[in-house]
Amino acid sequence: MDVKAGPTVHRIVTSDTDRPSPSSAMAAGRAMASAPMPTSGDATFPRLLRGHAATRPTAPAVREKDLGIWQTWTWSDVAREVREIACGLASLGFGAGDHLALVGANRPHLYFAVLAAQSLRGVPVPLYQDAVAAEMVFMLDDAAVEFVIVEDQEQVDKLLECRELQRQRQGGSTALRHLVYDDPRGLRHYDTPGLIGYDALRALGRDWDAAHPGAFEAGVEAGRTDDVGVILYTSGTTGRPKGVCQTHASFIASAQGGVATDRLGPGDDIMSYLPMAWVGDHLFSVAQWLVGGFTLNCPESAATVMNDMREIGPSYYFGPPRTFEGLLTAVSIRMEDAAAPKRWLYAKAMALARRVGADLLNGAPVGALDRLKYRLGDLLVYGPLRNVLGMSRIRVAYTAGAAIGPDLFRFYRSIGVNLKQFYGQTETCAYVCLQRDGHVRLQTVGTAAPGIELKIADDGEVLVRGVSVLQGYHNRPDATAEVLDAEGYFHTGDAGVLDAEGHLRIIDRAKDVGRMAGGAMFAPNYIENKLKFFAQIKEAVCFGDARSEVCAFVNIDFEAVGNWAERRGLAYGGYVDLAGKPEVLALVAECIGQVNADLATEPGMADTQIARFIVLHKELDPDDDELTRTRKVRRGFIAQKYAVLVEALYGGRAEQFIETQVKFEDGRTGTVSATLRVVEARRFPALEAAA
Amino acid sequence: MRRPGEVILDVRNISLGFGGVKALTDISFDVREHEVRAIIGPNGAGKSSMLNCINGVYAPQQGSITFRGKTFKHMNSRQVAEMGVARTFQNLALFKGMSVLDNLMTGRNLKMRSGLLAQAFRNPFGWGGAEREEIAQREVVERIIDFLEIQPQRKTPVGQLPYGLQKRVDLGRALAMEPQVLLLDEPMAGMNVEEKQDMSRFILDVNDEFGTTIVLIEHDMGVVMDISDRIVVLDYGRKIGDGTPDEVRNNEDVIRAYLGAEH
Repeated sequence: MDVKAGPTVHRIVTSDTDRPSPSSAMAAGRAMASAPMPTSGDATFPRLLRGHAATRPTAPAVREKDLGIWQTWTWSDVAREVREIACGLASLGFGAGDHLALVGANRPHLYFAVLAAQSLRGVPVPLYQDAVAAEMVFMLDDAAVEFVIVEDQEQVDKLLECRELQRQRQGGSTALRHLVYDDPRGLRHYDTPGLIGYDALRALGRDWDAAHPGAFEAGVEAGRTDDVGVILYTSGTTGRPKGVCQTHASFIASAQGGVATDRLGPGDDIMSYLPMAWVGDHLFSVAQWLVGGFTLNCPESAATVMNDMREIGPSYYFGPPRTFEGLLTAVSIRMEDAAAPKRWLYAKAMALARRVGADLLNGAPVGALDRLKYRLGDLLVYGPLRNVLGMSRIRVAYTAGAAIGPDLFRFYRSIGVNLKQFYGQTETCAYVCLQRDGHVRLQTVGTAAPGIELKIADDGEVLVRGVSVLQGYHNRPDATAEVLDAEGYFHTGDAGVLDAEGHLRIIDRAKDVGRMAGGAMFAPNYIENKLKFFAQIKEAVCFGDARSEVCAFVNIDFEAVGNWAERRGLAYGGYVDLAGKPEVLALVAECIGQVNADLATEPGMADTQIARFIVLHKELDPDDDELTRTRKVRRGFIAQKYAVLVEALYGGRAEQFIETQVKFEDGRTGTVSATLRVVEARRFPALEAAA
Repeated sequence: MRRPGEVILDVRNISLGFGGVKALTDISFDVREHEVRAIIGPNGAGKSSMLNCINGVYAPQQGSITFRGKTFKHMNSRQVAEMGVARTFQNLALFKGMSVLDNLMTGRNLKMRSGLLAQAFRNPFGWGGAEREEIAQREVVERIIDFLEIQPQRKTPVGQLPYGLQKRVDLGRALAMEPQVLLLDEPMAGMNVEEKQDMSRFILDVNDEFGTTIVLIEHDMGVVMDISDRIVVLDYGRKIGDGTPDEVRNNEDVIRAYLGAEH
């Protein structure tokens, strides 16, 4: 992996099947356990970048696969390009306090733009790229955005649509003045004023820099650690999204805690593939990247992430549970199609892994024979499996954002992937609790991270105080006052419990926790998560607050159930048809029966067993406002939209006709209709003693 | 947005017959540089025959074809390809067992200078003419892969791809020749609405980004009217209309050919 200063882009490999040699990369990394960083109290992201460029200019900072080849930017390359972009923005009039919205996939140029904006004491505002114009315009208005940088023509078109919407609404005026695009394809003939390409902006920047010597350095120097470093919009499970203002200091302190806990540093590789607007990506791909000084790897496209991961072999990885679930589902489906001897070997090896794999990873005592067998299994099954998943070099993998299924969690740990959980939200830089190596448990999200204080309120709500807590919501002092109390505690809105050793266990959203008519506590997410742990169930929505029984809507997983149906020679003509098959209803009923059996053994949960359910005829979709962009169910909205189905569940009807409007990705609408059956689930007597 | 230029291809009085069957009778039309020119007509109108004449696959009995000022009675396919005319096929002409990448590389064959022997006996170190050349060719192909957004399928055997993607690879193979004129034989046949939209976008992007002149045959009238600058209409081997989409849409003969005559 020879990397030297010089041209902006280096080729590090000559074929897309090659990859940087793991051994040399790892050796370099371990030799320098921590980067030389300005860890004093005045760190800002641009100054961290300047530090890396000065102390290790030729080390790889960013890679991107382009035209089939991994291209590398060294730290000095990044520093130079950030400088050009910053100066380019300055020449357009961008300055301290201005907001730069970013819309696009995880492209290096967009990450550079984040740093460029910060170098001018401006604030980057990453937005979810799949949001439609009507949603996006809210955030553009809220943050009074004048400058936007986007990835390609699709996003340019969307932003121009946003501008039209603003004009219509505000009598012809719009704040949006400058639109920078990265990929010029298809934009040759756009003559909209204010539209400028990335390379043209860099050229402007070079000229401006030459005409204003010292101005860039002065800007970086003027930045303060308690400046707002980024505004991240919450996904808005309820109501409108809110812009969370986080300072450089809070993100840097949060990153330092994580980097120290997992001993991350140069030589580590991370795959950057989750939305830039998500707080987790900002923590891992920006804050920890600059604090730890490891290498950021951007995939060729969203569709090639799996492949690109195999080529890079990241040592540090994070993903929401659904990503891990998707990987496991893909593996399971392929295993089911494999020849009998392979299936036998896989079953044997996985049985052994389930028994001893997690103990080995935790450093618990394991017998010599089992160790030997596991070694053999590693050679034949676990190693190749990790390789297929692109996880051969993983030292640390994290999941967060939702509860992870026990089978899923155990699967990864048992094959030797050090999968851990953390807990946090946009308001806390995704940094509240971490699981430390050797103290990993399924049910909890770990102990308080360095610099964080935890407290459980009387009503069970988790309260957080410390380095990562937000400065406030943008333009919303009222909302800020609701979540930040006089003592500086942030009210998470999650209900949780702390165990004797300080491990936090999250039960549900505090406001979602309700009471059954019979008085039992009703935690809908808790039950829904149990349902979603089945590969066949993609989404579930439970109702039960102030009712005598719990009922549920279920979405089947089209891929998993489709495969299951094909295996049984069950013909189906699409999602609606498959979801209505009696065999599929029986399959779902069986899953629900197991959940009920499980609930029956848990203290206080026996009364919340699911009485009846309906398998929905369409997938719940963010485009129809049924899920948030981060795919959390909007329970209230769904209850309203499908009120007839809820009535059918509680009214003792056997079936119900429904017609639903659906929005396609291109903005058109259509309808789907079906007659859905209400199915009774098997329930079990409470088994308190067995718990 | 597009700016059609000089006449690049001029077809004059072409007649083609197979034995007693008259496939084309006295067809004349021209194609201007950078335009999207469509040939439409009912089944058996002679559209593919027309393309095959331009392409040098068929030798017309009468008439001439002028390409960039040079007039030919008929050409052979190699000459045509060397002059910068590439085509895609109605029934796909791809190597099903080879990867997308390798299929596109075959499109670069004409551009390779090194001989067969030099290509066959290569060294693994990347020095020598054939090696450097392959790297340069690969870069062109990678740009096409990027352009057509088929990166995830780069290493997939073409036979395993869905039909819509195979069509895209076929277009890519033609693009690999860096043609000045691209002949597309029913690029959207057998596609669903979404695939047709994608394909239309790619065709317009090719026209726009590379300035490639495009001659296409297509059945889907909606698509043709949307993306073409000018349209030739054939029926029973004769030209019955020629003009912009609006002109053709209002042409009595064309309406009769498509909807049937009033009796």
